[in-house]
Amino acid sequence: MDLLIFQAPILMVQASLDGILLGILFALIAYGMALQWGVMNIINIAQGDLVILGGYIAYTMYLMGIHPAWGVIVSPIIMYFVGWALYKLVINKVVDRDLFISILATFGIAIVFQQLMNFVFGADVVVAQSEYGTTMLFDNSVTLPNSKIFAAFISVLYAIGLVIYMKKSRLGRAIRATAQNARAAKILGVDTEKVYAATFGINAALCGVAGALISITLTLHPYVGLPYTVRSFMIVIVAGLGNLPAVAISGMGLGLFEEFADYILGTEFRIGAVFMLLVFILVYRRFKLSKKREYLK
Amino acid sequence: MKQKDLILYSGLIILGLVAPFLFSAFKVQLTYLCVLIVLAMTWNLQGGEMGYNSFGNILFYGLGMYLTASVQVGMFFPLAEWTESGGEKTFVHTTAQYFQGIGVGLLVAAIVPTIVAGAIGYAILGLRGHYFAICTLGLGIAAGEIAGGIEIIGAGQGFTTPPFPAEIVDPEARGQFFYFLSFLVLVLAFIFVKYIYGSRFRLILNAIRDNEDKAEAMGIQTMKYKIVGWMCSAFFCGLAGGIMGGLIGYIDSTDVAFDGREMGVFMVLMAILGGKGTLWGPIIGATLFHFFKEGLWTFILGWQYVALGVLIVVIVVYFPEGLMGWLREKYPERFGEVIDEKDRKAQVELK
Repeated sequence: MDLLIFQAPILMVQASLDGILLGILFALIAYGMALQWGVMNIINIAQGDLVILGGYIAYTMYLMGIHPAWGVIVSPIIMYFVGWALYKLVINKVVDRDLFISILATFGIAIVFQQLMNFVFGADVVVAQSEYGTTMLFDNSVTLPNSKIFAAFISVLYAIGLVIYMKKSRLGRAIRATAQNARAAKILGVDTEKVYAATFGINAALCGVAGALISITLTLHPYVGLPYTVRSFMIVIVAGLGNLPAVAISGMGLGLFEEFADYILGTEFRIGAVFMLLVFILVYRRFKLSKKREYLK
Repeated sequence: MKQKDLILYSGLIILGLVAPFLFSAFKVQLTYLCVLIVLAMTWNLQGGEMGYNSFGNILFYGLGMYLTASVQVGMFFPLAEWTESGGEKTFVHTTAQYFQGIGVGLLVAAIVPTIVAGAIGYAILGLRGHYFAICTLGLGIAAGEIAGGIEIIGAGQGFTTPPFPAEIVDPEARGQFFYFLSFLVLVLAFIFVKYIYGSRFRLILNAIRDNEDKAEAMGIQTMKYKIVGWMCSAFFCGLAGGIMGGLIGYIDSTDVAFDGREMGVFMVLMAILGGKGTLWGPIIGATLFHFFKEGLWTFILGWQYVALGVLIVVIVVYFPEGLMGWLREKYPERFGEVIDEKDRKAQVELK
């Protein structure tokens, strides 16, 4: 094979480090999706577009002369209210309905978001410069942007913070109760409507953090939301709902897969590889489950 | 009743036949309409009747488009050189070559997607509910991304389909040819779907939609019927794609062929707008949608996708049963449903 990655094995180290750092970021988005899927039983196709919107908030700060890293604090606050408003406008009407309806409705929301972002921020690929510099490893043969390390660190911080919040706080307990059994929670005095709105808001806020981190590590474009949705969907179905370590591990696995696919298949097939992986995972899962069904017979 | 049907159908066919002469300025739009109706009707076959809501029928549409154009070129000229030369026409099809090419191309475009649907059907159709929807969504997008990386069909720069033969000087000929081609496919699709609606096959599909496990327990080999249902959709999607490729004259991997953002959503939306699981619903839905789209698109230039997104949300959230479902609720007698008068009064009192 005359692929570059096999001629220069050091590139494997590069790809692995890139993939793991990127994967932590994916895991953060997937955690939001798992939360919202587990509690409300809704698959949010607009997840990726919320991420991109969060990224554009950080980018706007960058344009205004504020360091984009502050976006990891400002963006989730704004995005919480965006998510909350979205819930009040549309999502609350599809919560108890057929899953396909929620998929299609959030697909519509995704299209609206993409287009509005296209109007406001233009169709160019943009990036917010963090000017954190790069770290060189192994005799300068592996370059690691510090912004990626920063992104992974912040992601882990937020994930831990959220886990503690869900365990300790009153709202966290209410959310967990609703996820277990919405009706029982309602009978015991939990305002499920409020819990749903808060859950969707928290999900959007997590997307905001991830978006702000993406704005300094990767690039932003109005139409790249869907791959993020698919990535987080994949991570969630591999890891299961509410299993945080598994989410982190499968996120890193996905990051590794993507980086290696990038080197081996070529950059033009990167997104295609992600979507094909989705199809393969679903089909694999289907055969595994059907085998289980056969045992039950 | 029979005679009424006869009058209706013959009236529609005559309307279809004279339409391109009556509205000769709108031939391209009418062709679009025919293709949209075919797509909505065949999507409904497995989305509405079988309950397997696919976002991925665009896969077969795009496949048909690429296949028709590739066969049409590849039959007479080297394909790689054609795509390399891009827009510059180094090869010219004669009239006979053009029609032979498109004929064989459409045949291939119908058969290959059907085979593909059959081949992947066993794996994909085992997925239930939303997993199926997301999987097919991924499939459609992956196909677009992969087609955009393959050199021989033009990769990212697109594929120019053979131009209509220059020997035919009549300027109306091209539009009429594609219109009648699409109208023929529409009529075929309608006859086929109508036939299915009167058959046992439809009952089986409905049983799968209503409760798949029970259907299986009743002794129906659900997997077999699901695959056949999907293959029926794929057949017509491939044909529609082939026609659209020739009409548009240029194939781009993600914007024209595997256009999940437009066609892929349109076919779902049209079927839902008209009413899933009815014969006339998708037809009415597609017609309404097309008129709405063409009427408003130009007025809200730039905002059309925002309008599309809002339209999806509104239709899905407020009219999930569609127009036919709404009519059925309002005038159940017209649909052959017998309603007990006492029951209805009780319903009104309850409200």
